Amino acid sequence: METAFSGASNLAEAVDRAFIFIFSISFIITIAISVLMIYIVIHFSRKKVKNPKQFTGNTKLEIAWTIIPLIIVLMMFYYGKVGFTPMREVPPDAMPITAIGRMWAWSFDYGSGKISKDLVVPLNRNVRMNLLSMDVNHGLFIPAFRVKEDVIPGYKNYLWFRPIVKGEFDVYCTDYCGLAHSGMTAKVIVVDSLDFEKWLVDLKATGNIPDLPGLTVLKGNGCLTCHSLDGSKIIGPSFKGLYGSKRVVITDQGEKTVDAFDDYIKRSILDPNAEVVKGFNKGLMQPYKDVIKGEDLDKIVDYFRKSSEQK
Amino acid sequence: MNYNSSPTAPLNFLNHKTGLWSWLSSTDHKRIGLLYLYSITIFFCAAAVLGLLMKIEKFAPGETIMTAQTYNGIFTIHGIIMIFIVVIPGLAAVFGNILLPIMIGAKDVAFPKLNLFSWYVYITGACLGLYSQFAKGHVPDAGWTFYVPYSAEVNSNIVIALTAAFVLGFASILTGLNFIVTIHRMRAPGMTWFRMPLFPWSLYATAWIQILATPIIGITLLMVIAERTLQIGFFDPALGGDPVLYQHLFWIYSHPAVYVMILPAMGVVSEIFPTFSQKPIFGYMPIVFSSLAIALVGYFVWGHHMFTSGMSYQARWFFSLLTFLVAIPSAIKVFNWLSTMYGGSVDLKPPLLYAISFIFLFTIGGFTGLTLGSLATNIQTHNTDFVVAHFHYIVFGGMGFGFFAAIHYWYPKIYGRMYNIRWANIAWAILFTGFNVLYFPMFILGLQGMPRRYFDYDPKFQTGQMISSIGAFILIIGLIGMISNLVYHVRRGAIAPANPWHGVTLEWQIPSPPPHENFDEVPVITRDPYVFDNPYTK
Ligand code: HEC
Ligand code: HEM
Ligand SMILES: [Cu+2]
Ligand SMILES: [Cu+2]
Repeated sequence: METAFSGASNLAEAVDRAFIFIFSISFIITIAISVLMIYIVIHFSRKKVKNPKQFTGNTKLEIAWTIIPLIIVLMMFYYGKVGFTPMREVPPDAMPITAIGRMWAWSFDYGSGKISKDLVVPLNRNVRMNLLSMDVNHGLFIPAFRVKEDVIPGYKNYLWFRPIVKGEFDVYCTDYCGLAHSGMTAKVIVVDSLDFEKWLVDLKATGNIPDLPGLTVLKGNGCLTCHSLDGSKIIGPSFKGLYGSKRVVITDQGEKTVDAFDDYIKRSILDPNAEVVKGFNKGLMQPYKDVIKGEDLDKIVDYFRKSSEQK
Repeated sequence: MNYNSSPTAPLNFLNHKTGLWSWLSSTDHKRIGLLYLYSITIFFCAAAVLGLLMKIEKFAPGETIMTAQTYNGIFTIHGIIMIFIVVIPGLAAVFGNILLPIMIGAKDVAFPKLNLFSWYVYITGACLGLYSQFAKGHVPDAGWTFYVPYSAEVNSNIVIALTAAFVLGFASILTGLNFIVTIHRMRAPGMTWFRMPLFPWSLYATAWIQILATPIIGITLLMVIAERTLQIGFFDPALGGDPVLYQHLFWIYSHPAVYVMILPAMGVVSEIFPTFSQKPIFGYMPIVFSSLAIALVGYFVWGHHMFTSGMSYQARWFFSLLTFLVAIPSAIKVFNWLSTMYGGSVDLKPPLLYAISFIFLFTIGGFTGLTLGSLATNIQTHNTDFVVAHFHYIVFGGMGFGFFAAIHYWYPKIYGRMYNIRWANIAWAILFTGFNVLYFPMFILGLQGMPRRYFDYDPKFQTGQMISSIGAFILIIGLIGMISNLVYHVRRGAIAPANPWHGVTLEWQIPSPPPHENFDEVPVITRDPYVFDNPYTK
C-alpha cells in the first residue's frame, strides 16, 4: 500500500535523501532566524534600550555569511545533482513503452498495436517511457516513482524507472492542457514479472488508442446511430462543429437562435424536445434525463469542446 | 542632511488643487503614485476574492461552487492580475513614485509627463485585462504563463489577454526608464551614489531589469498573437514552430520579473529596520551590491523553470548551479537586516512587524526555492502545489508583506494622518495566521503529488485542501481589517507629525503631507544616509 510519501522506484531513495538534506538545513536555519528575531525584539526593545549602539558593519561577519551559505548551497546542489543524474542514464536493457498524452487521457503503447489505458509494469524491471503528445503540452508525473517529464508535441522526451514495490500508484498530468486537465489521470500497476507477461499476452492488439471518455459514453448509449462525427446527416444533426456554434431551434414560443455551449448541449440531451433543431423532427430523440448521469454528461460536453478546439 | 523643514505648511500635494481632473492630469510624482496605489488596491482586492473563490471550490473534491471551465478561467485571470497588474508595478510604481524623488532630494522625476503617460498606459492594459473577461467568447484559460501550443490553439479570448500583458509591459519599461534617468541626473547636491538611501538603490537595480527584460516578453507575446491571427509558425508545432522556444523566451523575462517584484520590497525593509532600531543600517555596501548582483545573476537562471522540459543534462545542472548562487545575495541581506536590529532600540510598531514577518515568510519562500532549484527535488515538486505555495511565500509573503510594511511606514508621511496602531496590530496577526494556514499545507500537498492548476483532486488530498481553504478565509478577514483601518483613517486619523517614527532619510525632513514641489529649497547632502547621531530615545 502506498503511504503519503513513500517511494516506489529505484530513483526515490536518492531523491528523498536530497529532500531530507535540504529540508533539515532549511528547518534549522529558519528556526534559528526566527528565534533570533524574537530574541532581538524582546532583548533590545525600546523600553530597555535607550542608547542604541551605532556600529555600521563588520567585514569579517560579511565574509562569514557569504562563505558559509555558499558552502551550504553547494552541498544542496550536489545532493540534487546526485539524485538526478541516474534519471538521465537509461539502462540499455530498459523495456520501452510509449506514453501517449492527449486532451485529456493517457494511453500506454507497448508496441505491436497493444495499447492500454493504465500503465502496467513488471516489478524490478527497468522501464523506459517515451513521451509522445498528440496535441498540446502535458506532463507525465508519477509521484510515487519521483519521476516527471513534460510531454511536448514534436519533442522526444523520455524518462525511466525501475518499480521496486508492487501495487497501484497514481499518474497525473502536470502541464495545464485545458478543460479536463485535472481529470487526466491514470494508474500505474506494478505486478510480478510473470503476471505482467500474461497480462501483455492477453492485451488485445487493436492498434487503436482507446477512445476519449466522452466518446465512450456516446458510443455506449447509441448516440452515434443518429448523430455522425464527420458532418454527415443521419437521423439527427452531426456533432461535427457543434460546440460553440449558433443553432436555430424551434421552441414552444417559436423560433430562436442559441449558442451551443455547455448549457444548451446538456439541455438538448436531457430534454431534446424543448428546443428542436430546425430542419429535424420533434420526438425522434428520447429524453435522456434518467439515463445519462451528471459525470457522463460532463464527459460528453468535454468531448464536444475538445473536438471544437482541434483545428 | 542639514535641511530644515519649514513649519507644517497648510498647502500640500493633496490639497493644493482639487477635483478629479486635477488628479487625472497631474504630473506630480506623488499624485501619480497615489493613482497607482488606488488602482492597484482595487485590482488586488478583486484578484484576492478570485483566490478565495478558488479555495472555496477546492474545499471538497469534485464540483463545489463552479465548473471546471470557470475554475480554469479564474486561476488564469487571478494570475494575470496579480502578476502583471499588481506586483510587477507594485512597489516601484506606488512607493517608488511617491518617495524616490523625495529621498534623493529632487522636486520630481526626470520626465513627469512620461510618468503620467505610463499610468495611462497601465490603466489601458488593466482595462484590456478586464475586457478579456467580458468580451464575447470564452474567458482566457491558459494560465498567466500562456504556454504554447495550448495558448495558440485554444478557442478563448487569449489574444486580448496577451495584448493586455503586452501593453502593461510598456508601462513598466517607461517607469524603469524614468527612474534610471532620475537617479542618474536628479540627485541633490552632495548626494553621491553611496550616500543614496537603500530604497532608491533597490529601485535602480529594479529599473534596469524592467527596461532590459520586459522587451523580451513583449516581443514573445506579439509572436503568439501573430501565431494566432496570421498563422505564422513560431512556437506551435502544428504550424512548424518550437514550443520549448516559447518557454525559454517567456522565462528569460519572467524570472528576472520575480526580482522586479522582490527587490523594491528588500529596499523598503532596508529603510524600516534602521528607523525602528534607531541605528544605522548594518552593511550598507553589501546590501547595495547584493541588489546589483541579484539583478545581474537573475538573468541567467531562467532554465530552472524548465527542468522537466527535456533540456540537455548539462543545461539542467548548470541552471541549477546558477540558481543556488543567486540565493547568496538574498541570504546576505537577511543577515544584515538582523544585525541592523541587533543592539538597537527596537520599537515593534506595525511597519516593523510587517518587515519582520517579511523576513520570516521570505526565508521559507527562499528555502523552498532551493528545494525547487535542486534537480532531484525539482522533479518531484515542479508544477505541484509546492510551487504554488513557494511563490505565494515569495511574492505575497515577500513583495506583499513588503508592500504592507511600506504603506504602514509612509502612510503618515503621505496623508499627514495616522492609522490606529492597535487595529493594525490585530489585523496583522489575523493576516499572518491566515497566510500560513492557507499556504503551508500546500507544501505538503505538493510533496504528496497534488498537481497545480487542478480543478478537482483525489480525495486523499482532502484534509490538506480543507485546512488551506480555511486559511483563505482567515487571510481575507485579515486583509479586510488591514485595508479598512488604512482607508478609514485617511480622513479621520490623528494628525501625524512630520517625523512620527524619527527617521533620518530626507522624506522625514519635510512636512507631512509633503508640499507640491517637495522642497522649498533643494537640500544639500553632507553625510551618509543613516546617521542617528542623536537617537531620540536618549
Ligand atoms: C433516435 C435518434 C437519436 C438518438 C439515439 C439520439 N439523438 Fe440526439 N438528436 C436526434 C434528433 C432527431 C435531433 C434533432 C432534434 C432535436 O433537437 O430534438 C437531436 C438533437 C441532439 C442534440 C442537439 C444538436 C444540435 O445540433 O443542436 C444533441 C446535443 C444531441 N441530440 C445529443 C444526443 C446524445 C448525447 C445522444 C446519446 C445519449 C443522442 N443525442 C441520441 C436524434 C437522436
Ligand atoms: C489573497 C489571497 C490569495 C489566494 C486565496 C490565492 C489563491 C490562489 C490559488 C488557489 C491559486 C491556484 C492554484 C492552482 O490551481 O494551481 C493561485 C494561483 C496564483 N496566485 Fe494566488 N492567491 C492569493 C493571493 C495572491 C497574490 C497576492 C499573488 C501575487 C502576488 C498571487 C499570485 C498567484 C499566481 C501568479 C498564481 C498562478 C496562476 C497560474 O497558475 O496561472 N496570488 N492563487
Ligand atoms: Cu494536463
Ligand atoms: Cu525563476
